[in-house]
Amino acid sequence: MTTSPKKKAPIRQEKKEPTRRDFLTLTATAMGGLGVAAMAWPFINSMNPAADVLAQAVIEIDLSSIEPGQAITAVWQEKPVFIRHRTPVEIKEAETVDMALLPDPETDQKRVIDSQWIVVVGICTHLGCIPLGQKSGDPKGNYGGWFCPCHGSAYDTSGRIRQGPAPTNLAVPPYEFLTSTQIRIGKEV
Amino acid sequence: MAKQPIHTRLVKWIDYRLPVFTFLSHALEKYPTPRNLNYLWSFGSLAGIILVLMMATGIFLAMHYDPNAQYAFSSVEHIMRDVNYGWLIRYLHMNGASLFFIVVYIHMLRGLYYGSYKKPRELLWIMGVVIFLIMMATAFMGYVLPWGQMSFWGATVITNLFSAIPIIGESIVSWLWGGFAVGGPTLNRFYALHYLFPFLIVAIVGLHLIALHQHRSNNPIGIEPTKPKDCVPFHPFYTIKDLFCLGVFALVLSAFIFFMPNFFGEAVNYDPANPLVTPAHIVPEWYFLPYYAILRAVPSKLGGVVLMFASVFVLFVVPWLDTCKVKSARYRPLYRIVFWTFLADCIVLGWVGANPPEGYFILIGRLATVYYFAFFVLFMPLLGKFERTLPVPESFDAAKRCRL
Repeated sequence: MTTSPKKKAPIRQEKKEPTRRDFLTLTATAMGGLGVAAMAWPFINSMNPAADVLAQAVIEIDLSSIEPGQAITAVWQEKPVFIRHRTPVEIKEAETVDMALLPDPETDQKRVIDSQWIVVVGICTHLGCIPLGQKSGDPKGNYGGWFCPCHGSAYDTSGRIRQGPAPTNLAVPPYEFLTSTQIRIGKEV
Repeated sequence: MAKQPIHTRLVKWIDYRLPVFTFLSHALEKYPTPRNLNYLWSFGSLAGIILVLMMATGIFLAMHYDPNAQYAFSSVEHIMRDVNYGWLIRYLHMNGASLFFIVVYIHMLRGLYYGSYKKPRELLWIMGVVIFLIMMATAFMGYVLPWGQMSFWGATVITNLFSAIPIIGESIVSWLWGGFAVGGPTLNRFYALHYLFPFLIVAIVGLHLIALHQHRSNNPIGIEPTKPKDCVPFHPFYTIKDLFCLGVFALVLSAFIFFMPNFFGEAVNYDPANPLVTPAHIVPEWYFLPYYAILRAVPSKLGGVVLMFASVFVLFVVPWLDTCKVKSARYRPLYRIVFWTFLADCIVLGWVGANPPEGYFILIGRLATVYYFAFFVLFMPLLGKFERTLPVPESFDAAKRCRL
């Protein structure tokens, strides 16, 4: 194909109609971008918890030896789980709190299955420290539950945040009673 | 004409095909540098040399370190006790990291004092901030590797910062961990990234240097050189000056390594990591304390996290926050005051960050946080408008006459 210099079309126009080539460039670029994004996903997802980590998702715990007022710490999914056998006084305290006083309002009934037992994940919802209050000599904070020494968050006997920088209540893990003194924490994956 | 000696001919032969010698001569030898630079200008090259020192010691440590949650702690003890000169290499790496931050902080403060971020050096400054960010990430992950109590809980607190992000925060944190808490997978990936990031820093340092060589160094009077006489060749004038600084630095580093190798560290990090017991006071490494103080100054989790990140990211917009045409603080009497107050403020923040958030520390921390941000978003723009600057000398010669 030859072009005469006389009949040269102006190379730059103010408004150019999209050509077939523009369309092909655009769709090819978009498809290429999608492909790269799709390839990125396996790499990103490889950093998520692996199958063997997920497989340790369930534990069973015998509660029969825990007297009222005592507590144990179980390890579930590498996290400490606080299980406390509450005394009647503690139960009453937890149940009669004015909801308006709570930064993260939740009734005690919603947080327990059997009101004698409070089961919470023992990780401060602020920045992940382990609150004190499990051992008999530990400080339990101003609300009788748990106290986080890192930044001063205090939780009540239902594991609800009452004071300090933590934004939410201690998390309640999924659990069920197998018998009246045995629980299973976690869900089968 | 006598024949040239063999090595000259060899250099010419190579340079004709691969012009490395031309490049080096251009960048390190003839490179015209303002003749009036003071010792503060040596901290850039010093930072570069420390980067090399950190990478060299790090590679040798990697030959003996085991990034496995079960063996990491004991492999570090193995390096300290059994590996030939392992203690020396590890103490060089540990104390090198702390001194790296001191040197980089001085380098950055020098930039702030002399207005080195101003036109046309905005991108030079921004590349520097990027280096600083990657450096912080690298240092944080490196501190996790010995897998002591402070490693573990520092990692827990810092990664939990991301859980403050609404809705997706929790998933991001578990993705960072590769589990439901900081654990083996976390240690492994931190090791991989701790090894990778210094190479990214080298790449950005390359860009930093390209930007530097484009418009060359700023200088204490903050005006561009006008005559060839205003500059001297980099070699030997500044190679000698920088080498002298390197000597002083080596003395300081040796003093730490041989007389107080754990001065910058926390004793509790010689306790192996225990996921069920939190140490009484979790403190980050000293170079992060001011940011930690800002994090804790806000009585809201998300607010604290946002403010902490803002305290670093505000550096990116400094070239546009400072509207004053005069670069050097030498001719800005008011800016000089707010600058030195800012430096004192950073030290106060560091001191607050090292203490538990109780009593007066809360109030002091909040006031210091307010000043930190006021320096950038209030004083920088306002002083540009209202400050009466002193007369800036018209030339290097005029500046010299003033000082005589």
